Amino acid sequence: MSTHTQHSSSSGGGLVKWIDSRLPIFTYLQKEYGEFPAPRNFNYWWNFGAILSFMLVIMIFSGIFLAMQYTPHVSLAFDSVERIMRDVNYGWLLRYMHANGATFFFIAVYIHLFRGLYYGSYKNPRELLWIFGVVILVLMMASAFTGYVLPWGQMSFWGATVITNLFSAIPLVGDAIVTWLWGGFAVDNPTLNRFFSLHFLLPFVILAVVVLHVIALHVSGSNNPLGIDPKGPQDTLPFHPYYTAKDSFGLAVWITLFAAVVFFAPNFFGEPENYLKANALLTPAEIVPEWYFLPFFAILRSVDFNLWFIDAKLGGVIAMFGSIFVLFIVPWLDSSKVRSARFRPVYKWFFWIFVLDCVLLGYVGGHAPNAKVFEGVDWLEFIDLGHVGTAWYFIHFLVILPVLGMIEKTKPLPTSISEPVLGGGQAAAGAAAKPMEKA
Amino acid sequence: MDIGKKISTAAAIVSVAGLVLFGATSTDVAAIEAETPENQDWQFEGVFGSFDVASIQRGLQVYLEVCSACHSLNQMAYRNLADLGFNADEVKAIAAEYEVTDGPDDNGDMFQRPARPSDKFVLPFANEKAARAANNGAFPTDLSLLTKAHPAGPDYIYALLTGFEDEAPDDVELAEGMEYNPYFSGGQIAMAPPLFEDSVEYSDGRKATVENMAWDITNFLQWTAEPEMEERKRIGWKVVLFLLVLSAMLYAAKRKVWANQH
Repeated sequence: MSTHTQHSSSSGGGLVKWIDSRLPIFTYLQKEYGEFPAPRNFNYWWNFGAILSFMLVIMIFSGIFLAMQYTPHVSLAFDSVERIMRDVNYGWLLRYMHANGATFFFIAVYIHLFRGLYYGSYKNPRELLWIFGVVILVLMMASAFTGYVLPWGQMSFWGATVITNLFSAIPLVGDAIVTWLWGGFAVDNPTLNRFFSLHFLLPFVILAVVVLHVIALHVSGSNNPLGIDPKGPQDTLPFHPYYTAKDSFGLAVWITLFAAVVFFAPNFFGEPENYLKANALLTPAEIVPEWYFLPFFAILRSVDFNLWFIDAKLGGVIAMFGSIFVLFIVPWLDSSKVRSARFRPVYKWFFWIFVLDCVLLGYVGGHAPNAKVFEGVDWLEFIDLGHVGTAWYFIHFLVILPVLGMIEKTKPLPTSISEPVLGGGQAAAGAAAKPMEKA
Repeated sequence: MDIGKKISTAAAIVSVAGLVLFGATSTDVAAIEAETPENQDWQFEGVFGSFDVASIQRGLQVYLEVCSACHSLNQMAYRNLADLGFNADEVKAIAAEYEVTDGPDDNGDMFQRPARPSDKFVLPFANEKAARAANNGAFPTDLSLLTKAHPAGPDYIYALLTGFEDEAPDDVELAEGMEYNPYFSGGQIAMAPPLFEDSVEYSDGRKATVENMAWDITNFLQWTAEPEMEERKRIGWKVVLFLLVLSAMLYAAKRKVWANQH
């Protein structure tokens, strides 16, 4: 990459120079966020990196202030949350931002993830970048789960009970592991205490992995909607001011949507049952996780049959964890050399089918397995949709991705990014001089 | 109010467009054969919704004179009544009608004293066991958050309070001491019909029909569940309008920055 950046930020005053010559933080910022060459053809789907960074900061700050008022004890937690809502200055704003922040964090991360799947952002040389992203997703899920337990409402308690109980499916040591997780023989005060501790810790682990994610991004450079590598300066723009301006606009729109929900429909995404205090003697009619876990919850419940020596419970747990861990190996499952779905006419269809499949699984996850999908149609229950949706989820990754890359006839790639963007037919001068790897 | 409601609906649709596909779960979860409550037109609904303070004050009267015999309101303190327009002396007077246990005093003894504005609403029973003993084994639920704890919220409370039926249908076998109410999940509820014509006497001349009292208590409980609602919506408008202008300006700035690149 460019080498002329050394001390390029030395336009600052004496103090800036003094610091920069000892710890080149200003040079670094200038290089990575100022002149960092980004492909010139990003569309608005590339805004979500900035949006996610913003959401992480929002969650950490609102969370720190909530933790100052929250009491992690089974007999006090629920009331301490209500005290935040009623007696702490703008406590309702902090809590609604934090609760809906989780929802908006997940909306953004799912869009970001599907963006990566559509444009092949996980392919050589960005495999590690992708893997760090999946690690962040897993950590986000752990954070969201531990955080949801803290208000100690009915769904907090029963959700924690159901999810921790999944580990009892592990042969031989399962029950011991569950007891160890709980810190006792039921979800109780020790469980709440450790979940609070972990919920405070995990966001900072996420922050650390985000740093790795961004470092990896700045080594390989960003992918772009065409999925071809920049071939010279005519294909890129300095990050600032072009993408700082574009990200700022996208971020403002995003915050507007976020604010609309926080102020006008703060409980829209929430589960009403969680406004009832946890009661170990009263099981809710239906235990459902937050919306962002529903597709995985559907996969968990869709394995309702024994397979060889694997009973249904263990099978469901394997399928659920498998549905997340399969993401780690996507870079090696997809055999196509072409990144962007724009030039993959068949993959494009399968991508959208996969999106619909995930939506379907989310829909299934929110309903009792043996409920009828349509009133009066006795032969179609949600579990049937769950079977199909789960099977397709894995077929997409384990069959479609490897096979399609071998048989699909892709469209010809443009010779450079600037060609379709600027509409000029001229081959870029630098393209021949500096060939980059064709991925 | 209607326009406000429409705008709120539109805002909700716009702001969550597409997400509904993922998220539409909360409404159909607790639906176990209970009848769906009819949708009522509440003043607090919508992005411009506000509290009907007169109704909430009457609802407070219904709570104190009827519901509080069995149901606690443990998130609320008497001082919160100031939000309903009661002045300091009035709040003090309302609180002083109830006794709380305080102590220990200098001799180590607990003692009774009149409640103060800083006290929480006095609980009807000393503990859950006492509540169950007095209520045929059932535990009257706390009312503070009830409108947020049911998918149909306020509509559910209103429907439940006005929906008691003297005779259960043939296919429902009522257990001993239970009442039939089609809006309660399972149809059987341990609470006897709590409201009768003229259970309370309103000072503003409004007739104390079962419907009117149910209406007022629902408004009251919506307030106890979300006392911050009016402030939240008021700030919300400022925030959203500010962000819309900011977004427009940032869009203009982005266009300007990119002008030489398109």
